[in-house]
Amino acid sequence: MGGLIERLRLPASLRRGADSPGVSGGRPGAPGTQARGAAERERRPAGSGSAFWVMVQKEFGDHIRSWRFLILLALVTLACIGSIYSSITALKDAQEAATGSGSEIDTSFLFLKMFTISDGSLPNFLTFLSFLAPLIGIAIGFDSINSERNKGTLSRVMSQPVYRDDFLNAKFVAGLLLIAVVVFSLGFLVMGMGLLTIGYPPTPEEFWRVVIALVITTVYVGLWLNLSLLFSVRFKQAATSALSGIAVWIFFLVFYGMIVSLISNATTPDAAAGADAYINQQNWMMLLQRLSPAYLFQEAASTLLLPDVRTLNPFVTQDQAYLAIDAPLSFGQSLLLVWPQVVAIVAETALSFAASYVAFMRQEIRSRS
Amino acid sequence: MDAAWNAGVNAGFEDAETDRASQASSVIELRGLTKKYGDFTAVDGLDLSIRQGEIFGLLGPNGAGKTTTILMMLGLTEPTAGSSTVCGLDSTRQPMQVKRRVGYMPDDIGFYEDRSGLDNLVYTARLNGVPEKEARERAQQLLEKVGLAEAARKKTGAYSRGMRQRLGLADVLIKRPDVIILDEPTLGIDPEGVRELLVLIREMSRNEGLTVLLSSHHLHQVQQICDRVGLFVKGRLIASGDLDTLSRELDGGPTHLVELDVAGWSSALEETLLSVEGVLSVSRSEADALAGREADALAGREADGHGAPNAAATVRVASSVDLTAQLAAAVVTSGAALRGLRRTRYGLDDIYHRYFEGGDSHGRTH
Repeated sequence: MGGLIERLRLPASLRRGADSPGVSGGRPGAPGTQARGAAERERRPAGSGSAFWVMVQKEFGDHIRSWRFLILLALVTLACIGSIYSSITALKDAQEAATGSGSEIDTSFLFLKMFTISDGSLPNFLTFLSFLAPLIGIAIGFDSINSERNKGTLSRVMSQPVYRDDFLNAKFVAGLLLIAVVVFSLGFLVMGMGLLTIGYPPTPEEFWRVVIALVITTVYVGLWLNLSLLFSVRFKQAATSALSGIAVWIFFLVFYGMIVSLISNATTPDAAAGADAYINQQNWMMLLQRLSPAYLFQEAASTLLLPDVRTLNPFVTQDQAYLAIDAPLSFGQSLLLVWPQVVAIVAETALSFAASYVAFMRQEIRSRS
Repeated sequence: MDAAWNAGVNAGFEDAETDRASQASSVIELRGLTKKYGDFTAVDGLDLSIRQGEIFGLLGPNGAGKTTTILMMLGLTEPTAGSSTVCGLDSTRQPMQVKRRVGYMPDDIGFYEDRSGLDNLVYTARLNGVPEKEARERAQQLLEKVGLAEAARKKTGAYSRGMRQRLGLADVLIKRPDVIILDEPTLGIDPEGVRELLVLIREMSRNEGLTVLLSSHHLHQVQQICDRVGLFVKGRLIASGDLDTLSRELDGGPTHLVELDVAGWSSALEETLLSVEGVLSVSRSEADALAGREADALAGREADGHGAPNAAATVRVASSVDLTAQLAAAVVTSGAALRGLRRTRYGLDDIYHRYFEGGDSHGRTH
């Protein structure tokens, strides 16, 4: 925020310099140096903007070269290949069973099924992704600020003409770019390999569903990146911040659902209570569940990749269930259905970014402390 | 509005260039600068002005507030009160402009260790808006200047401490600053490395008209290259100026010191020396163990030759005016053998030490 304000304030301060020639004219020694600086600055186009992209570029390069990233990539790629294998086996089994019984296999959204079905030996792609994606975010972000601080590079960079928030933003943007590259290349890898193996091309609608699902995945990983950025600002030790990130990850993935169901059991209205009470309680539980980014992502991605999902509400009246046409939703409708989930994930991302932002701006830049 | 300002400044550019040496305008101007952390006052009403082209040494023990002061000059920390002006720019309000002109080398400088020295320099230059190609050229030149040309492509993780400091100096200079601020530049380098670094700093300052502010607690190192020094203790600047001024300002104590190596030391001689006009104190020093042993050896031979049992002594005579000739005469006329005579000025170490000897009563905690 400081940088933003500063940028807004900049013209005013320059005007101040122009208005008071006494500062420059009165003492010829200093203006000589000022003139040199000013002349140099004139040659430079948009100074701070380019500094930002220089930082992004450097961060991106650092990530790509790091061992950590290679290991992560290997891990996630393995997971992808495993999930494709299991889904293709499942598809082939289904086809054999269908030909055996003389009927045709249901080919609607066959391409999407590659992402969502499994023969049971390994989880499907979506599950793998929702499980491993946070790890990518955490691994990329957990030491971004505190390691610079500990290595003494933070104070060196901050003494250059660089806005303090640009430093944090560059970390975030570079991380997000990297995540987008990884997620999309994995997604396209699965698509391509699937295409080769099952030989069944995707319809445009299927293609866009996958692309949007990948975008949502990127945003979701971005949330974890931000969370780990926050920890890296907050904790001086990289190990502490990594551990905190992993703790939050495990909490939401494993324990949060358990806790919600515990609460749900404890607050179930007794049998004598009316339907309103039940619905009310269920809605509350749903809200609690949806605080978890993992749950939100699961809902959003599975709705997009499974067009048969018609609603995310736990309660459907009998009329609704009977009268609804048993047909998959169109792409636009699926998108509408997951819109709130996407907004919620983005909001949580923004929230944690704001927190790390405030924490970082308040910190004092000192060498290695 | 920027253009108008530039034009105005450019008009005076030529004159400024020629006048630089003679003109003593302040580049760094601190007025009542104060920084408090809760109840603790790190910097307390600091007034300081540093002239163009000067090498100023900010001296003080650890925790005196030197780094905090520097951070405030760069606009990295906001002062609680007071103002800091660097190159005519307010550090708090225009930190970006200030940081463009000021090169800062933090104490214990850090580099991206998996990048080469060259890459680190190029990155800094690019953060300052220098285009890639020019950045590379500048970096090469500077690496040569600081003597790291062969190590340019080595990763900085493999650099030695001295190399890191020299790279730090190149890193500070690559943006072509008007002022450079070095925080403890000599920390942790061997004596030869310190000497080289200081010579380098001095050369750069002289050749390019740079204003240099360096902070240190290694007094004798700093006194070699500084034009002026400021003694900074517990957030206050207790004295500033060149050595003589500093010494006078502190306690009006002696400014001159003569060391005499005398064979045949006696208390009578001590009386004689004390009676020389202007002598403030006479003390036998046991300063250098090495020199002392040598002197003893000499004295031993002397004793054999002359049969005089008196040991040799090194005596330090402090005075407020230069009394070297009178002292020598006094020793010789008293009949003792004058083996050596060294005229020294009070070093910063002495001044510093003397201040703290008296400083205990001011409630120094450690």
